[in-house]
Amino acid sequence: MAERLLTVKDLSTHFFTHAGVVKAVNGVSFTLDRGETIGIVGESGSGKTVAAMSLMRLIPDPPGKVVEGSLMLGEKNLRTIDDDEMRAVRGNDIAMIFQDPMTSLNPVMKVGKQIAEAVMLHQHKGKTEAWQMAADLLARVGIPDADKRINQYPFEFSGGMRQRVMIAMAISCNPDVLIADEPTTALDVTIQAQIIDVVREMQAQFDSGVILITHDLGVIAEISDKVMVMYGGRTVEYGPVDEIFYNAHHPYTWGLLASLPRLDESVKKRLTPILGQPPNLITLPPGCPFTARCPYRRQQCRDNWPDHENVGPDHGVHCWIPVEERLTIRGDLRQFKEPAA
Amino acid sequence: MPDWDEHKQEDRESYGSAWVTEADTVDARRTEEFAEEVVEEQTKPLGLWADTWRRLKRNRVALVGLGIIIVFLTVGMVETIFYQAHWHVRASSEATASHSAGYLAPYDPNAVNYALSPQGLGSPPSWSHPFGTDYLGRDIFSRTLVATRVAMLVGIIAVAIALTLGLLLGPVSGYYGGAIDSVIMRAADIFFAFPYILFVLLIMSVLGQGFQNVFIAIGVLGWATFARVVRGQILSVKSMEYVEAARAQGASDLRIIFRHVLPNSMAPVYVAVAMAIGGAIATEAALSYLGIGIQPPGSSWGLMISDAVNYLAGGNWWWLLFPSLALVTTVFGFISFGNGLRDATDPKLKE
Repeated sequence: MAERLLTVKDLSTHFFTHAGVVKAVNGVSFTLDRGETIGIVGESGSGKTVAAMSLMRLIPDPPGKVVEGSLMLGEKNLRTIDDDEMRAVRGNDIAMIFQDPMTSLNPVMKVGKQIAEAVMLHQHKGKTEAWQMAADLLARVGIPDADKRINQYPFEFSGGMRQRVMIAMAISCNPDVLIADEPTTALDVTIQAQIIDVVREMQAQFDSGVILITHDLGVIAEISDKVMVMYGGRTVEYGPVDEIFYNAHHPYTWGLLASLPRLDESVKKRLTPILGQPPNLITLPPGCPFTARCPYRRQQCRDNWPDHENVGPDHGVHCWIPVEERLTIRGDLRQFKEPAA
Repeated sequence: MPDWDEHKQEDRESYGSAWVTEADTVDARRTEEFAEEVVEEQTKPLGLWADTWRRLKRNRVALVGLGIIIVFLTVGMVETIFYQAHWHVRASSEATASHSAGYLAPYDPNAVNYALSPQGLGSPPSWSHPFGTDYLGRDIFSRTLVATRVAMLVGIIAVAIALTLGLLLGPVSGYYGGAIDSVIMRAADIFFAFPYILFVLLIMSVLGQGFQNVFIAIGVLGWATFARVVRGQILSVKSMEYVEAARAQGASDLRIIFRHVLPNSMAPVYVAVAMAIGGAIATEAALSYLGIGIQPPGSSWGLMISDAVNYLAGGNWWWLLFPSLALVTTVFGFISFGNGLRDATDPKLKE
C-alpha cells in the first residue's frame, strides 16, 4: 500500500463574523496517499477551498478558525505545530496552485525569482543554483526558451503560461501534497486540457499526492482516483472516481451529474439544473444541508445528519434514504443517465 | 570558427569561389543578427518605467521640473564633492579671500571684502559679480551656489529619514492592521494635527541649533505622510492573490511585506518623495529665515533672504531677488515634477 501522506479527520472551519458564525466546513474527513489524486467537487460556497486552506493554515484569523478535527501530515500535526514549523511546511511539504494565474504572480518580480525564492527558502540553495533550478522547472512545465523566460515579468506571459509558472512554483520544492484550487477555471478550454496534462505529468514525476478542487466534473473524471462531493461544508458522498460517476448514491451527486451537458444529446435540450439555491452557511440546519433542494427529502433529513454508510469498496454516502429505495429512485430517474464512457 | 571556414572552403572547391564569397557569408550573418535584434525589439514590451517615462515626456511642465531638478542637483553635488577639499585648502593656507579651483562658485562665499560694499550696502550686479554683493561685500552668486548644496542636502537627507521611517511604519501598520495599525495611525494623526512650523521649532529647540539637526527635525516630522501613503496602498495590495500565493510558498511576514507587498505599493510613494523634497527645502529656508536653521556664516537661501529683508529699505533688491528666485525655482521644479509623475503613473488617467 502506498505511503499515507495526509489524514484529515472531522475538520470543521468556521468564520466568526458580525452576522453570525459561518460554518464553512463541517466535519470533513479524507485521506491522501502518495501518487494519488483526490478530487473535491461541489458548487461555489460548498467549502472546498476553505477545507484546502485549512490544511495550509491560510485561513485569515480572525475571523476564521479551525474549530475541530485533526490534520495529520505524516506524523506532523498541522494543528499544533508552531508558525515557524508551519512556514516550513508551506511550499515545501504542501504547495498550492491558485485559481487565477493572472493575479497570483507578483507583477513586479521576475518569474525566475519568484520560483527561485521558494527554492532558496526551503532547500537552502544558493542564488545561482536556485535560478538554474527555476529554469529547469520552467522547461519541465513546458515553457520554451526557459533560460530567457526566467528573466521576464509575469505580464510578458499569457494566462496559460502563467499557470505553468504557478505549477513550476508549486512543485519547485518537490512537495508531498499539491493542492490545485480550480487550476483551470480562469483559463480557456483549449488551455485547460494542457494544464491538466502538466499537473498530471508533474504528479507522475514527483510522485506527490494531489488534491484537486474543482466544480468541473470533466476534469475530475480525467485525473482523479478518488472523488469527494461536498455540499454546504459537508462531505455528502465520497468514493473511487468510477463509483461516483457510475454508481452515485447521493441525490446531490445525481443532480451534479444530471446537470452536465452531454455529447449524445440534442443541443436544443436545456441543461438540467438543481433547483433552488445553495444554503446560507450561517443558518445551516443541523441535519443534511441539501434538505431544502432535495426532491427526495424526508422527515429526519433536516434535523439529523446521517452517519456514513458504506455502499461499495471505499465508497461512502451520507443519506437518510434507505439504500434499496435509492437504487429504485436512481433507476427511475429520467434525467439521470449513465455518462457516456 | 574553424568549422565554418572549412565548410566555406569545401563550398568554394565544389561550386567555385564565385558562389560563396566572404561578403555573402558576412551578409548572411548580419541579416541573422539583425533579424534577432528586430524580434527582440518588437517583442520587448514596455515596462512600468518605460511606460511612465513615455507619458511623462508629453508633460511639458513636468519636463521643465525635471530639468530644474537635474541642474540644481548637479550644482549641489559638485559643491558637496568639492566643499571638503576646498575647506581644507582654505584652512591650511589661511587664504580666506583667495579664489579656489575646482569649485563652481567663482569667489569664496565667506570672503569679506569691504571694498565691494560701499556704505555697507553692497554693490549691484555687475559683470564680475553677476548677482551683486551683500553688506559685507560677499559675492551673492557664490553664496547662492553654496546654499544650493545645503538645500539639496536638506531635501534629500531629510526626506530619506522621513521615507525610511514611513516605509518601516506604514507597511507594518497596513499589513498587520488591528491595534498596531491604530497606534501608528493615531500617532500620525497627532503629527498632522500640530502646526508644522511650530512643531519643527519645538524639535529644533530641543535638539539645539545646527546643520544636522535641521535634517533630523524635518525628517522626523515627515514620516507621517509617507506612512499614510504606503499604508493606504498596502491595504489594497495585501489582499491580492499573489500575496496569498507567497504565503502558501512559506514566505515569512517580513518577506511578504518587503518583497511582495511594498514593491507593489511604491508608485504613489515616488510622487510623495518628489513633493516632500520640495517641501523640505522650503521648510529649511523658513527655519533659516527665522534664525534657527543654518547659522551664519554658513549660507542658506532662507538666511540670505532674511539678511536681505533687513536691508530692503536701502533698495538692495538683488540680495532678495536671487536667493528667492533659486528657492522658488527649486521648489517649483520638485513639485511640478511630482505632479507630472503622479499623472504619468496613474493608469486611469486618460491621455
